[in-house]
Amino acid sequence: MKDVMTQTIDFTLNGKAVSAEIQGHWTLVDLLQQGFDLYGARQSCGQGLCGCCTVVLNGKPVSGCLFLAALADGATIETIENNEETLDPVQEAFIEAGAFQCGFCTPGFVLMTRQLIAEIPEPSEEEIRLYLTGNLCRCGTYPQIIEAVQKAAARMRAA
Amino acid sequence: MNDQITQIRAVGQSHPRREAREKVTGRIEYIHNLRLPNMLYGKIFRSTVAHARIVSIDTSEAAACPGVDMVLTGEDIRKIMPDPHFGVMFHDQPVLALDKVRYVGEPVAIVLASDPNVAAEAVALIDVDYDELEPVFDEMEALSAETFVHDELKPGIPEIQFLKGVRDTNVGFPYQLRHGGDVDKAFEEADRVFEHTFRTHPSAHVPLEPPVTVAEPTGAGLTLHTANQSPSFVRYEISRLLGWPQHKIRVRVPYLGGGFGAKLWIRLEALVAAAALLAKRPVKVSLSMEEQFYTITKHGATLKIKSGLDKDGRITARKCEVFWNGGAYADIGPAVAFHAGMTAAGPYDIENVAIDSFSMYTNRPVAGAMRGFGHPQLIWAYENHTDMMAHELGIDPLEFRRRNILREGKEHATGTALNTSSVEKVLDRVAERLQWGKPFERGEGTVKRGRGFAIGIKASIAPSTSEAIVRLGADGSATLMCSSVDMGQGSDTAHAQIVAEVLNMPVEMVHVVHPDTDVTPYDTGTLGSRSLYHMGHAARLAAEDAKAKLEELAAEVGAQPGSNVPIWELFARKNGMPVGHVVGTASFIPDGHIPPDPMTGQSPHITPYWMLGATGAEVEIDTETGRVTVLRMINVADTGTQINPKIVDHQISGASIMQLGQTMQEKVHFDFGQVTNASFADYKIPSMLDIPQIETSVLDGAEADGPFGAKGVGETGSFCVSSAIANAVFDAVGVRVSEMPITGETVYRAMRAAAGEPLEEE
Repeated sequence: MKDVMTQTIDFTLNGKAVSAEIQGHWTLVDLLQQGFDLYGARQSCGQGLCGCCTVVLNGKPVSGCLFLAALADGATIETIENNEETLDPVQEAFIEAGAFQCGFCTPGFVLMTRQLIAEIPEPSEEEIRLYLTGNLCRCGTYPQIIEAVQKAAARMRAA
Repeated sequence: MNDQITQIRAVGQSHPRREAREKVTGRIEYIHNLRLPNMLYGKIFRSTVAHARIVSIDTSEAAACPGVDMVLTGEDIRKIMPDPHFGVMFHDQPVLALDKVRYVGEPVAIVLASDPNVAAEAVALIDVDYDELEPVFDEMEALSAETFVHDELKPGIPEIQFLKGVRDTNVGFPYQLRHGGDVDKAFEEADRVFEHTFRTHPSAHVPLEPPVTVAEPTGAGLTLHTANQSPSFVRYEISRLLGWPQHKIRVRVPYLGGGFGAKLWIRLEALVAAAALLAKRPVKVSLSMEEQFYTITKHGATLKIKSGLDKDGRITARKCEVFWNGGAYADIGPAVAFHAGMTAAGPYDIENVAIDSFSMYTNRPVAGAMRGFGHPQLIWAYENHTDMMAHELGIDPLEFRRRNILREGKEHATGTALNTSSVEKVLDRVAERLQWGKPFERGEGTVKRGRGFAIGIKASIAPSTSEAIVRLGADGSATLMCSSVDMGQGSDTAHAQIVAEVLNMPVEMVHVVHPDTDVTPYDTGTLGSRSLYHMGHAARLAAEDAKAKLEELAAEVGAQPGSNVPIWELFARKNGMPVGHVVGTASFIPDGHIPPDPMTGQSPHITPYWMLGATGAEVEIDTETGRVTVLRMINVADTGTQINPKIVDHQISGASIMQLGQTMQEKVHFDFGQVTNASFADYKIPSMLDIPQIETSVLDGAEADGPFGAKGVGETGSFCVSSAIANAVFDAVGVRVSEMPITGETVYRAMRAAAGEPLEEE
């Protein structure tokens, strides 16, 4: 439609300089899906409460379903698709621990686990639970996620 | 294949899920991600009243909204579906409301637009005039109400045609079981009689990927790309609605972002199919989280249970009456009433049993199957009841159960014996893990601790069918084609392991084709923990058939039996090049099923296998607030041989966490039929902070007739969580909560009432 307000934004997406023509109401999830065919950030609860839409913007995790794309002009965005060639220790640990069932929440958990380990290299179980409490898993894979986080942290400390 | 090669062990190994890499990189395929060229987005206009005649629907403003392609109402659907009512058991649910609406949230119209935001805006411009009717919300009120949700019952499947044309009732389906002698006489002769009533409230499945369907008109007919647990049924039902041959409808299902029963039978498929055919363009409908609460719920129920006991504490008589709040349309509710009704008396050896189980129509959103198929609700009733009687009699709950459990080889109340499943072993295991006989730290000051346990039983649905095709190629790789849906339970991985074991090849050499009804054969559906047993057998038999055909090929091309001519060479000798396939097929229906007598529910062979579970719980209660913290949960499951032990463990703990949420915090609240907490802001599912220490303990003796001794486990962890926690709460503070969820408020109210200082009602 012609009367929809559009604008162009420039930003860095998974290490590459990109630009996109966006509509004013687009969220980061809209931007990634419609502009770049990236579906790892997923809208689920639509209220920023489940963590399925997690995107890392300028080094900080944000809810992609609430964050307006227009505000990402000039930003650096990392998504779950940022390292497809080689799995990182977090992804490997999630596979080894069996830390997902349906997988819909997994990108959000992986991204948040990376943040957690960067901030707290040796997290206690309590710290893991507190840090990841904003990410929900309806399949109830929490015990295995805790195990995966501990595994990944140990491996990254040893590296 | 040949015998000189070492047998590869695929079964019994904890292989990672085969799609693990795609899941951790976010590249896994869900319908959620699907966009087709020229696609329209549909947004549903929903009823704002619970029960009303539709006087008029004005869609003119919405249709005139710039960017809107079409607005459709129930009358438009009739142009393409002559009788647009669908349902797996009753043909009672309109694709879009016709003449009447029967619950708040019922789809009345759909707006189609190229931009989903435009569709959402235009929906708000639709105006409907209603002539309101008296609604009925409660399952017990529905029993005696003068208002009827449906004018007459509309049974679909042949087995329930006796209900055709029945009027003036809200009972959708009555199930009954009569076992042993005269139950009333047994109550008269009993030394003690106990009677209790329990309630559970509706809860929500809320898979994180809400239901989503894309319908695509094609030259040949129609393709449905849909997040659905029963693709074969979708094809059947859409073909029935359209009056088309089934081959013109293709149903394709990749991975699901969770199911739990929310994505069974028809959800959006009929509506999206009709919309796409009328618009002559692909149409996608993705439900929002809020809409999930209006689309499918887990049954709330009222459960009455009465037991007569002799002077030795043996239960001699039991009467159960269960009323399931099924909402406005039947869906699978009657089967829940039937199937859960079968085991309403529990895993106990009771001489005289009478069970009546009713699926009730009300003006609430539809209730369907959810992980456990009604059993968590039933077990809530009978395991609370068991502990209450033990307490009244002054007998230890473990000892009381030991006196009454069904022993191996004995007939269950259905008339079918328990053979390979042992209630005694499950009970002993949970008692052992709780160290039941040993002293227990009971807390101090205002914080009290308690522990409890519960046991439960479920039959598999029967009869049901799984078909499979295994294609074995000249390069030695295999392809399994089946319609089981991997929604997170790991069926692709388990079925591949079974095929790999039979064909003696590494599991990585087995490809599993996702459900695509153009290619994958019939399956009843991925539900009720049936796939591993039924599809496991079909995959095994199809692989054995392929193996036999390869041996025939070897003989045909002159290879000596037992020789080690490589597979490629066998094909090269036949086809001139190392190309081609042998194709194995199988159709599996468990042997020997005998339908239960409709009057008594009795059958000597009612289920191919039993599922048994137990949960032990330790809780801590702040007596000043009633707040309950579950500290430890032990889930015992009778699993049969574990095809993939790690996935089995995760299924059991995952099911128990889901049930923990429904026990402690999840409840769909209604106000005149309107859901007042339809979001994750108000409806709280468990987070990582809500879970206790969880342990899994399996009894993995082979299931006699299972594939490699295996059977289903997806639901077992859900069975006993609620009643184990209720029993632990009683142990801690001496009050009984008879209605789920067990919130701090309910416990505190019960404590104050017990102390003779009840709080005022809200």
